[in-house]
Amino acid sequence: MIDYKMELTQEQIEILEGKKGDTLRKMMETLVLFGDIFGAKRMVPVTHKTGHLVTSFGIPLLRPLYQTMDEINNEGLKAEGGFTVDPAPVDYENVKCNVIEKLVFNKILYGKQAQYTEQMLKAGLVDKDSFSCTCYLEECGNRPKKGDILSWAESSAVVFANSVLGARCNRNSGMLDLFGSIIGYVPEFGLLLDENRKATWVVEVKTTKVPEAQILGSAIGMKVMEDVPYIVGLDKFIGCEIDHENEAYLKDMGAASASNGAVGLFHVENLTPEAKELGDKLIVPNAKRYIIDDTELDRVYKSYPNMWKTKDAGPEITFIGCPHLTYYQLKKWCEDIITSLKTNNKRKVNGQVILTSAPKVKAKFIAENKELYEVATKFGVRLSSICPLMYTNNPLVHGKAILTNSNKLRTYSMARYFKDEEILSLITK
Amino acid sequence: MKTFTGRVIAKGNFKGEACVSHQGFNTLASFQKSALMKKKTVTVSDQNNKDLFGLDITGKILCLPITIGSTTGGLVIQTVCDMGINPAAFLFSEEIDSLAASGIVLAKVWQNSPIICVDKLGKEFLETVKTGDKLEIKEEGTVILLD
Repeated sequence: MIDYKMELTQEQIEILEGKKGDTLRKMMETLVLFGDIFGAKRMVPVTHKTGHLVTSFGIPLLRPLYQTMDEINNEGLKAEGGFTVDPAPVDYENVKCNVIEKLVFNKILYGKQAQYTEQMLKAGLVDKDSFSCTCYLEECGNRPKKGDILSWAESSAVVFANSVLGARCNRNSGMLDLFGSIIGYVPEFGLLLDENRKATWVVEVKTTKVPEAQILGSAIGMKVMEDVPYIVGLDKFIGCEIDHENEAYLKDMGAASASNGAVGLFHVENLTPEAKELGDKLIVPNAKRYIIDDTELDRVYKSYPNMWKTKDAGPEITFIGCPHLTYYQLKKWCEDIITSLKTNNKRKVNGQVILTSAPKVKAKFIAENKELYEVATKFGVRLSSICPLMYTNNPLVHGKAILTNSNKLRTYSMARYFKDEEILSLITK
Repeated sequence: MKTFTGRVIAKGNFKGEACVSHQGFNTLASFQKSALMKKKTVTVSDQNNKDLFGLDITGKILCLPITIGSTTGGLVIQTVCDMGINPAAFLFSEEIDSLAASGIVLAKVWQNSPIICVDKLGKEFLETVKTGDKLEIKEEGTVILLD
C-alpha cells in the first residue's frame, strides 16, 4: 500500500488496501496522493451526488481513458448519482462537413465515440441528452445548491458552480471527476475550505459601459491566474440579484477567466452568494489590485492574435455559444440575427452560423418558440449541441475563417474572437 | 553552479535542457495539436504563450509557474506520458496546481510513468533559468543550473 499522510476511515483504508478490487484501489490511491500534495487532512463526502465529466469525446489517442473505463465497467462500478458530461464532438445534421472531413472525424479524431458513450452509460451517464458544458442550467437538471461538495470537472462549470451557486469544488481534472463520483469522497483542500475562498485580488471595474463579459473574464484570468478575485463595480452594470441575464453574463465571464487563466472561483460585490453574505470580509489584507477601464479592456482585446490563414477572410463558420447558450441567450441571438437580416434586406446569414446550447435547452426553445425557430432556420441559422472546440480540432478546418464570441474557443483553436455586436454585423451584412 | 531546492512530487534523476514559460502553461492548448496529430514530439501550440509557442518540449525540462486552462489538463498530461512524448520533467516555481498534480499522479499510478516533478522552486528559479540552459535534477528535489 502507498504511503499517505491524510487521515482515512476504515472503509477508505480497506479500499486503498485493495479489499474492494484493484480498480477501486487505484482510484482511491489517485485521490489520496492528489489530496496529500495539497495537504488535505481527510476525504469528505460528495454531497451533490450527480457528477459532471469534462471528457466527452472519443479520441482514440486517449488510450488511458478507455482502459480505465473498461476496468470500471468490468467491475460493475457506477457513479451513485449518475453524471452529466461535456458536449458531443460532432453533429453532422447541423454543422455541415464534407466527406473527407467526416472521414477524419469518424475514423481518426473521434473513432472511439460510440464505444466511449457506451462505457459512460454503463458507468452512470444520466442519458444521451446529458452532453453539455452547462449542466448547471435549470433545464439540464444538474444544479447544485450553496455549500454542496462536488466532484466535477470542466473549468467553466466548476467556476460557475463555485461562484454563482456557492457550491464547493476544486478544479479537478478529467478522470478524477469520475473517481470522486464513484468513490463518493473527495480530498478536502483548496476551494472546499473557507480560508481558500477568500479573495487575494480586488478587481475594480471602471469602464464607461458594461464590459464585454468574455473580454473582462479574459483580462481577469490572465492577470490573477488561479487566484480568487473580488470584483467591484460590476454590480452597477449587471444588478444585485442573480437573474437569467446576469447568470448568462457570469457564465461567459467565468469561462473566459478559467480558460485564459485558471480561475476556479470569483466573487462579485453585492451579487454572488458569498459576496452578498460576507462582503469585503472575503478580501484578505493587502490584496493585490487590478483596475479595468476601457483602455485596459481594449489592450486585452487587441492582444488576441488573428490566426486565420487569410487574415481578412469573410466568415465561413461562426460558432456562438461556448459555453453553451442559455435559453434566453439562444432566443435573443435568434431574434437579433433575424432583425438585423431584415434591416439589411438579406435572406441568408453569411457562412454557416451555429448557435450552440444544451440538448435540453434546445428542445425547450424549439418547443416554446416554434415560429422564431422556423424563421431563424429559414435564414440559415443552425441550432446544435456540438462542442465547437471539438469541431475545430479537425486539421481540415484549420484553414477556414471561423468566428466566435468565445474567448475559450479562441484560446484552444484557430478561431478568431469578435465582440457580440461585431459578430452580428459580420454574419448579417 | 546555482542550485534550487523544491518539494518532490514525483522523484527522479535527470539531466537535460530547460524550456521556460514565464506565464501559466496552458496544458490543453500547448499539447493538443501534436497529440491529436499523433506527432512523435510535442511542438507547443498555445498561441498565447510567447515563450514556448512553436518549441519542441518532448524529453526536455519544462520550467513553469503553474499550468492553466481546461480541466482536461490532467488527462492530457497522462496521455502524453502514455504516448511517450511528454517533457521528461515538470519544474514548478510555485506550488503545483490541481490539474498538473492530477496529471502527474494519474501518470504515476495508472501508467507507471517515469515522469519527474518538483514544485515550490521559488520565483528566482524562473528568473534565473533560461530556455536552452542545461539543468540537472536530483531525486531529493535539488535542481542544478549547469555551466
